[in-house]
Amino acid sequence: MGDTSTEMMTGPRGPKKRRVMSSNNIIIYGTLALVCLYYLLPLYVMIVTSLKGMPEIRLGNIFSPPVEVTFEPWVKAWSEACTGINCEGLSRGFSNSVKILIPSVFVSIAVASVSGYALVNWRFKGSETFFTILIFGAFIPYQVMIYPIVIILRETGGFIGDVTGTDFRLMGSIWGLVIVHTIFGMPILTLLFRNYFTSVPDELFKAARVDGAGFWGIYFKIMLPMSLPIFVVAMILQVTGIWNDFLFGVIYTKPETYPMTVQLNNIVNSVQGVKEYNVNMAATLLTGLVPLTIYFVSGRLFVRGIAAGAVKG
Amino acid sequence: MSSTDAGQLDTAMKRPPRLLKNLAAKFAAVPMVLIALVIFVGCTIWTIYHSFTRSRLLPAPEKWVGLENYERLWSESRWLISIENLAIYGFFSLILSLSIGFILAALLDRKIRFENTIRTIILYPFALSFVVTGLAWQWILNPQLGLQNVVRNWGWETFTFDPLNNAEIVIYGILIAGIWQGSGFVMVLLLAGMRGIDEDIWKASRVEGIPAWKTYIFIVMPMMRPVFVTAIVIIASGIIKVYDLVVAQTSGGPGIASEVPAKYVIEKMFFSQNLGLGFAASTMMLLSVLIVLIPWAYLEFGGKKNG
Repeated sequence: MGDTSTEMMTGPRGPKKRRVMSSNNIIIYGTLALVCLYYLLPLYVMIVTSLKGMPEIRLGNIFSPPVEVTFEPWVKAWSEACTGINCEGLSRGFSNSVKILIPSVFVSIAVASVSGYALVNWRFKGSETFFTILIFGAFIPYQVMIYPIVIILRETGGFIGDVTGTDFRLMGSIWGLVIVHTIFGMPILTLLFRNYFTSVPDELFKAARVDGAGFWGIYFKIMLPMSLPIFVVAMILQVTGIWNDFLFGVIYTKPETYPMTVQLNNIVNSVQGVKEYNVNMAATLLTGLVPLTIYFVSGRLFVRGIAAGAVKG
Repeated sequence: MSSTDAGQLDTAMKRPPRLLKNLAAKFAAVPMVLIALVIFVGCTIWTIYHSFTRSRLLPAPEKWVGLENYERLWSESRWLISIENLAIYGFFSLILSLSIGFILAALLDRKIRFENTIRTIILYPFALSFVVTGLAWQWILNPQLGLQNVVRNWGWETFTFDPLNNAEIVIYGILIAGIWQGSGFVMVLLLAGMRGIDEDIWKASRVEGIPAWKTYIFIVMPMMRPVFVTAIVIIASGIIKVYDLVVAQTSGGPGIASEVPAKYVIEKMFFSQNLGLGFAASTMMLLSVLIVLIPWAYLEFGGKKNG
């Protein structure tokens, strides 16, 4: 820090001279390099382990790069790994997760954005109270609500099935999980949309009203097109959140509809058979691939999403 | 405000009854109202009520037993271990992620090169699920083939770090994974707060000749109080929810040494058919959240009204 104060003493005339390598900088960059190494290490270990054969793993060092690169563990993790008697690999969990993800993201964002819009432009008596309950609801541990929701899903699902004369069920089905993700996504997403819609100029809304546009007209013709960035942020938030969910997957689905995270855990922590660490790591990486891709592609938007969600929360 | 404008516009026509006004808007708000009332309020009350009943396989609202479940809960070693683990995990996770997060944020704040790259590297674990995190660290901490083995092969024969086999320190093994996953997020939060601080503060401290580290600790940190409060609330509510990480990394083992309350609740409710105990335990979780939340809400919202 001493160098910056001496710079001030000599007087700031002309462009500031920047010494590239002061002792301070060495400390800063050195520390950061070590820190980066620590954060990257697990990813590195997972990758090299997943590319080794089992004999090499048993002999050696988790940090050493593979002597003989093999992609067999990846193939096995994807299409042959077993959970109990089922040996279809992670591919089933992947397709389940996709089937859960798409409707969950769509429904949760649709419901929350409309709620946020209603909270900003169409306030009604008590609307702020409901919003406050939602925000406090975000802090209630899921364990408190998880069982009564099981009952609600079972009863309403059964009721719908009886009325329509089908074997429709909510409990254990993908639709039950979609509802659960919508419920627990509500606090953060509604907050996100409400805060964003507040910044849309009120004159636009009033002008549209004068022109005779109604609730849905204004939502689709003005709010939605003007708020695309926040929809992208919400999507990033939801896709990673829902993909990474484990708890709701365990509770509200059954083995045939288990999402990828649950299936991954069952494969790796299965007590039967010989542990195949390379297959386990390939499976772990496969499960992490979707959120990681979103993270690296979306970059700043991801940061903005979590920060927007958190700072105002 | 807008709804009254809308009302004035309607006066040319016949004014519809108050309840039917803006029907589309009210209809659209139904999911929000239902979620707030039925789920967040209704289900919470339902669970609290049933924690005072002798529910086993099925909820039994008629069998009121008062505090019996709570007495049994607090005499069960599995629950006591869960609480102890949560306390250790919570304490260190709060301290470590705040201090690591702050130091990293301060380092990145120094207008360094490659800031984006470094931030991307530090934050990426946060995009991964706890299951992936837990399994990765389960492998790294593997007592036979993992880190311990590597260090021993390097020549330090007596090196011992086997948290996943050692009931005494297993919770610290989980802590390492938790910090790895979450500290980047704390850093991003604190960095955003740091960037919001007036540049003039820095000019002033430079003129006074105060070293940068002192400025960070004695001037910047106190100014970041609101950001810290937010970070603490978020970290704390995350700590109480810890579940998947433990399930993936240790399955609660060795034995029951790494059990946590969130896992205890799920086990009682869905695997050992003791709903009453599960409800009591989840009510205790709610209580611990309230202990954190109420002072915060009071400071954030109560204080503003008065001052």
